[in-house]
Parts: sequence; structure tokens; C-alpha cells
Amino acid sequence: MNHKVITFFRIIKTGLQNFIRNATLAIAAIAVMVITLTIVLFSLIANATFANTVQQITDRIDVSVYLIDTVTVQQRDTLMNDLKGLGNVKSLEFVSKDQALELYKEQNKNNVDLLLAISQTDNPLPASVQIKPWDPNKIQEIKDYLEKEEIKKLQSDEPSYSGDRKEAIDKISAATKFFRQAGLVGVAVFAFVSMLIIFNTIRMAIFNRRDELTIMRLLGASNWYIRGPFVVETMIYGIISAAVSVALCNSLFVISASAFDASSLGLLDIQFANQYFADRFWNILGAQMGIGMLIGAASATIATRRYLKFKTTK
Amino acid sequence: MILLDRVTKTYNKTSVALDRVSLHVEPKEFVIIIGKSGAGKSTLLKLLTREERQTSGKIVVGGLDYDKLKDREIPLLRRKIGVVFQDFKLLPNKNVFENVAFALEIVGYGNREIQHTVPRVLDIVGLKDKAKRMPMELSGGERQRVAIARAIVRQPKILIADEPTGNLDPKHAWDVIKVLEKINRYGTTVLLTTHNIEIVNKLKRRVITIDGGKVASDRANAEYKR
Repeated sequence: MNHKVITFFRIIKTGLQNFIRNATLAIAAIAVMVITLTIVLFSLIANATFANTVQQITDRIDVSVYLIDTVTVQQRDTLMNDLKGLGNVKSLEFVSKDQALELYKEQNKNNVDLLLAISQTDNPLPASVQIKPWDPNKIQEIKDYLEKEEIKKLQSDEPSYSGDRKEAIDKISAATKFFRQAGLVGVAVFAFVSMLIIFNTIRMAIFNRRDELTIMRLLGASNWYIRGPFVVETMIYGIISAAVSVALCNSLFVISASAFDASSLGLLDIQFANQYFADRFWNILGAQMGIGMLIGAASATIATRRYLKFKTTK
Repeated sequence: MILLDRVTKTYNKTSVALDRVSLHVEPKEFVIIIGKSGAGKSTLLKLLTREERQTSGKIVVGGLDYDKLKDREIPLLRRKIGVVFQDFKLLPNKNVFENVAFALEIVGYGNREIQHTVPRVLDIVGLKDKAKRMPMELSGGERQRVAIARAIVRQPKILIADEPTGNLDPKHAWDVIKVLEKINRYGTTVLLTTHNIEIVNKLKRRVITIDGGKVASDRANAEYKR
């Protein structure tokens, strides 16, 4: 076997041995890394869940334009074509008087009195155009168009905007933004703290094995042969922490799913979060391990760097 | 093989460890360096293994100019030079075999090569039957011979022994010296520092005396009064 391959496997083997020997030292490092990775995971899932909630509410928002009964097909087509030309219009749907009546009957099928009353008159409901915007926060353009004199003439009533929903969306958007920022700060702070703790763990391990390391250096071990096992050791911290963190989240979801049988808990849709987590389980686990190993390897590399510097000053 | 040209090492402005030391050692030579404590013997050896860097002057070992040596080449240099220390520097949690094998492991030897090479080297230093012993179970002389085995297992061209007998009684000290002579006969250049005049006189080799950081004398077949 090639010397480099042998050395590579020896580095991994030594790293594993050292990890086992240092197990008690490693507990603190692993614990704080679990917290870091759990925050990462929670931010990710919360972010996705809020985004989903916003999306769902956004999908329901629309603008209804009520048309007078005497509107001609030509006028209607002009109106719809003009609306289609506006940037923020996602979809348009024309609801005729008959369809409106059907819908009304359907919605009030349990109210016999109402149904009776409506069947005895001419269809009082107006035809309408339902507009779904791309971005509910930017419907001013649509508003402006509908306010135009010649367009206003075609309308039997003021257009209805789902204004209350817009407010809800604003609130959720703000909350999402806040959680995203708080998550980022949390991740940064805890990543830093775990790096510090791993850093100290490795310094301690170096101190414990300083004689061995000195001998290695005097015998001509390369820097990577000395540093490698420490990097391997901390990468194991990362793997274990990721596994613990994901397991922790998993059990949390299991508990919460049974505790909150209802599908949603205010703005936080547990069901969705659970599904999101389950669908991406392996990707999440892989990413968590990647992040954990990266944090570990970076701190070990920094921790060993000073030790490995040669005295080359004259 | 080893060339020092006006090598000076100062730690700060007032303390001069080595002062314009020039010397030349031929391949396969056995050279003894003597001098009082603090004379600069250890500094000289540390410059050769590049644990320290000279302040001025030129060092060339085996064709390698130390001024042109990059940091990442230092491990490669150390693999070419075997070093034996007064305090042995063995790993206490490894047995004799493992301590010697360690020198081969860190440079990427395969297990089969290690199984083949280590017993032969232990045979040279007379410890073949103690391969499984832990360092704690050995006498000082035996431990030093393990250290020598470790230093020569990669067949370096140069062996540096810094006071290898300093912690040993006369009988064990002589055992260690005999091993060094044997290695020298196989063709390795040996640099030995010692305080022990008896050893110097018995060996009858080239002796370089260092005093106050300078080469005070450099004589072949030297003998000294006690």
C-alpha cells in the first residue's frame, strides 16, 4: 500500500482512539454542539413553516370586482385583458351571475329560509371578476386601475379587498423575518461558543499528550500526521452531535404531534413542520453532520496551529 | 556530511550560546563533543535538528542548506537524522516494540514492513527478547537502547546522541556506547555529546571541545586526564 494511504488510515485510527480516550472531555464539546445544531435545525424548520403559512394565506387573498348587469361581453373582455396586462395579477376568473347564484346556494345550503327567499326573486347577485395577485402587498396598481372613471362605470359595487388578511400576512411576514434573524444570531453565537469549547477541549488534549507530540515532531512526523487525529476526533464530535440533535428534534415532533392533535397551533403549523422534517430527514441529518464536522474541523485546525508552528525566528 | 561555517546563535543581545563555530564532519565519522554544562553543546545539536535556528552562519547537512529549508521540509530533515536524548523520550504507554515501530508508523511504513524491520533493529541493540516489555520495566541502559533502536530504525545517515549516558551507571553507559560504536561500524555518522571523560578516553575518537560557545579544541584520538 502507498505510504500516503497508510498514513491516512493511521490518522483516522488514531483519531478514533483519541476520541475514546478523551470521551469525558468530549462531553461538554458535544453538548454545546448539539445545542448549536438544534438551533440551526429549528430555525430551518420554523422558517419553512412560516413561509408555508404565508403562502397559504396569500393563496386565499383576492380582489373581487362586481360588474353591473348591463355590461357587454366586449366591455368585460377589455376589462379582463387590461387586468391581465398588470404585472401583479397572478390569475383572473370570471364568475357569471348564474355561477354566483350556484355558489351562493352551495354556501348557504343549510339555510332554508335564505334559499327560499332567493328563489322567489330574480337573481340579485352580480357577475364578478376574481383577481388573485402575486404579491398581496402590492395591489395599489390594481386599485388604481379599478378607480378609473370608465372602469368604475362598469361596476355595480365597490371592489372588495381581503384587507384583514393582508394585515395577517404582514404580521406573519414580520414574525418570519424576526425568527430568521434571531435564528441567525443564535446560530452565530452558539457556533462561536461551541468552537471555543472544542478549541479548549483540543488544547487540553494537546496538553495531555504533549510528550507524545514532542516526540512525534522530533521523529519527523509531518504536521498533518500530528494534526489529523485531532481533526478526526472533532469531526466525530460533529457526527455524534448531529445524530443527537436530529434524534432530539424527531422525538420532539413525535411528542408534539400527539399532544397537539389539532393540525395547527396558531401560526405554527405543527403538522407541516413535522412533514417537512420527515420528508427531508436524510438530507437534514447529512447537512447537520456536515455543519458539525465543519465546526469541529475548523476549531481543531485553529487549536493545533499555534502548537505546530516551528521556531524559525533567528 | 555536516558542515558548520561560522555559526552563531544568540538568544538575546547579552547571551551568546554559540560564537562563530566552524566544523566539518565526514561521513561515517564518530565525533565526540565535550564541554561544560552551558558551553553550547546542546544548542549545537538543536541547530542540527532544527529545533533552533542559527542567528548567523551557514549549516549544511547531507547537502541540505538550512537557510533554504522551508518549514514543511523540517519533518523531512528530521527523518534523515536519528536523535537520542539523555531522558530517552520513550512513550510510557507503548511497549518496546511499539516505541520503535512508532518511528516507522509516523512516516507511513506498512505493518508488514514494521513487523519485519523492528525485530532486526532490536537485535542490533540487544533487546530482541524484551520487545513486549514496557519502558517502566526496563533499566535505564535498556531504555536508552530502545531509544537508539528507534533512532536508527529508519537507517538515518546521521545519529545524534545528546548525553545518552548522562543518567546511567558506568556499566549501562558502556553498553549504550558499544551500541553506538556498532551502529557507526555499519556506516552511520555518530555525533555524541558527553560529560564522561572515561568514555572519551576509552573510545579514542575525534573530540571537539566547546567552551563558552566556541570550539576550544578539535583533536583526533584524544585522551584527557580525569
